[in-house]
Amino acid sequence: MIETRGLVKTFKDKKRGEIRAVDNVSFVCKPGEIYGLLGANGAGKTTTLRMLATILEPTDGTAIVCGHDVVEAPEKVRANVGFLSTSTALYPRLSSQEFVEYFGRLNGLDEVTLKKRVDEIFSRLDMNSFRDRRCDKLSTGMKQKTSIARTLIHDPQVMIFDEPTAGLDVMTARTIIDFIRECRQRGKTVIFSTHVMSEVEKLCDVIGIIQDGKLLTEGSLAELRARHNEQDLEEIFVKVVSPYLKNEEA
Amino acid sequence: MNFTAISIVYRKELKEWLRDRRTLISTVLVPLLAFPILMVGITALATVMIGKAEQEVPKIMIIGGEDSPQLLERLQKIDKLAIVPYADNWKDQISNKEIRAAVEIPKGFQAALAEGTKPTIKVDYYEGELKSSFGANHLQDAIKDYRDSVVKERLAAKNLAASVLTPFEIKQENVAPPEKVGGASVGGFIGYAVILLCLTGAMYPAIDLTAGEKERGTIETILSSPVSRFDLVMGKFFLVFSASLVSAILSVTSMGTSFAILGHSQLMHSSGGESLHLSLGPLSVVAVFFMALPLAVLFSAVLMTIALFAKTYKEAQSYLTPLTFLVVIPAVASVMPGVELNSKLALIPVLNTSLVCKEIISGTYHWNSIILIFASTCVYAGAAIFLAVKMFQREDVLFRS
Repeated sequence: MIETRGLVKTFKDKKRGEIRAVDNVSFVCKPGEIYGLLGANGAGKTTTLRMLATILEPTDGTAIVCGHDVVEAPEKVRANVGFLSTSTALYPRLSSQEFVEYFGRLNGLDEVTLKKRVDEIFSRLDMNSFRDRRCDKLSTGMKQKTSIARTLIHDPQVMIFDEPTAGLDVMTARTIIDFIRECRQRGKTVIFSTHVMSEVEKLCDVIGIIQDGKLLTEGSLAELRARHNEQDLEEIFVKVVSPYLKNEEA
Repeated sequence: MNFTAISIVYRKELKEWLRDRRTLISTVLVPLLAFPILMVGITALATVMIGKAEQEVPKIMIIGGEDSPQLLERLQKIDKLAIVPYADNWKDQISNKEIRAAVEIPKGFQAALAEGTKPTIKVDYYEGELKSSFGANHLQDAIKDYRDSVVKERLAAKNLAASVLTPFEIKQENVAPPEKVGGASVGGFIGYAVILLCLTGAMYPAIDLTAGEKERGTIETILSSPVSRFDLVMGKFFLVFSASLVSAILSVTSMGTSFAILGHSQLMHSSGGESLHLSLGPLSVVAVFFMALPLAVLFSAVLMTIALFAKTYKEAQSYLTPLTFLVVIPAVASVMPGVELNSKLALIPVLNTSLVCKEIISGTYHWNSIILIFASTCVYAGAAIFLAVKMFQREDVLFRS
């Protein structure tokens, strides 16, 4: 379970002064549910997810992840979270197996459990053929599978995906989408950010539209269609976001 | 502090480090091979150059002297010199290395001697040119012999013994033990080298583990794991520190071996003809290593802190290059003659360690200074580690764009 309470994140910029990247964002994401955070580039999606993964600390507000406060107990939060994004790269000089084992150990798994989990995950994701190959010699698909294995090794209850399919080919993106669905089936709490409408339509139980760091609207696809009197998600998105874009242009 | 987490991070960094050719070259190969190559190379080159210069019979020119047959005859008898006919442009010929030296005998030299006045003979040569110096030295030796013979003749004419000119002898005697003499001559250089290699050994791992991690995009991956920032920094720090120590140990070992093998070569002899004795006993080695420890901690933490600011490997290199000068300058200052350890210098990082290493190698142990230097460097090192940990907690540094 994820519950954000008035999350705020500001950054200082020499030219632009203080930037409010996330502005009072509150939402709830339940176990067995996929929450899709939809927004344009620079809308505040990545910053929000980084705060949930405790990579960044909120300037104000907080979030409770699996019963732990992101500000008070960030290490406990991280022990319950699997975080995957296109910028979570692999260590080039470690093999695929060594890489996954490293994160298993950091998550406190003992050697017996670790071996069992590695064997299980590598078989499930069909990774045995390249388990001893160095990460810098892996194809993009193999790298993504290794990243997935890394997020699964400690069997976290919460999965956070930050634009996980950005820049990937169709087949590799499909592996990720299937994996996200599987997480929901296993009863995990999943939050997922993207600007690809089709992915949101396919996957998300709840959709939140974010722009200028503000959560403008949220609900299931059916609720959003009814609320904004539009069938197409892209039209709904444009309708919700446009007033803010006009404000920016003005 | 979670020692298990620190150990996991350290072992992973060590594994990656051992698989990286770049850092292995800078940390292992360079310290191991630099001294033998440098020393063998310099010795071999110097031996060849000196040997060649000694074999050559220098061409010299005599200017004037037609009215001084005695001196002329003496000069012509020197078999180590080849006398070439007179030419107006003898100075140009020396500059162009066509001849090695020339002797200018003033007009009426012999007559002036007979009258008891004090004429001057000039020897022209090319300063800094080895072969020219050899030619000039041969000329001067012959001229001095001639002068001595004139003095003897004058004393004999007045019935005086030659000893009248030297009523007593002066003798200089070295009372310092040979290893202290060797330590004073070479000890400063050893301290300087150990310090510099501690720095260079730590430099590449420090960049790789900070800016390198940012450049490869793995910083976000590791920050999403449950390891605390403090444990992460400490795991990385211990690896950089290990690299620095490995560099220092290999350099001391390599240097000791090089000195032992080449210790009796021609270059290792002082001008007095006595062998330059340098013995690095186990106590000296342990003491130098002990003094280098806090400095290696200081270097590792400072390098990591600075490199973390950079977004890329190259940017980090450009930040750290000036730091090398900051370390080289005090280290070089300690090698300068006359710079000796005192209570003020004992508080200047790098310079203090370099100076104390020089003393230790020459067998002098000023325990007050040693404790002061060790303690002050420990304080600086502690502050540097604190700074590195703080830096790893700054989001604007970790995610600088």
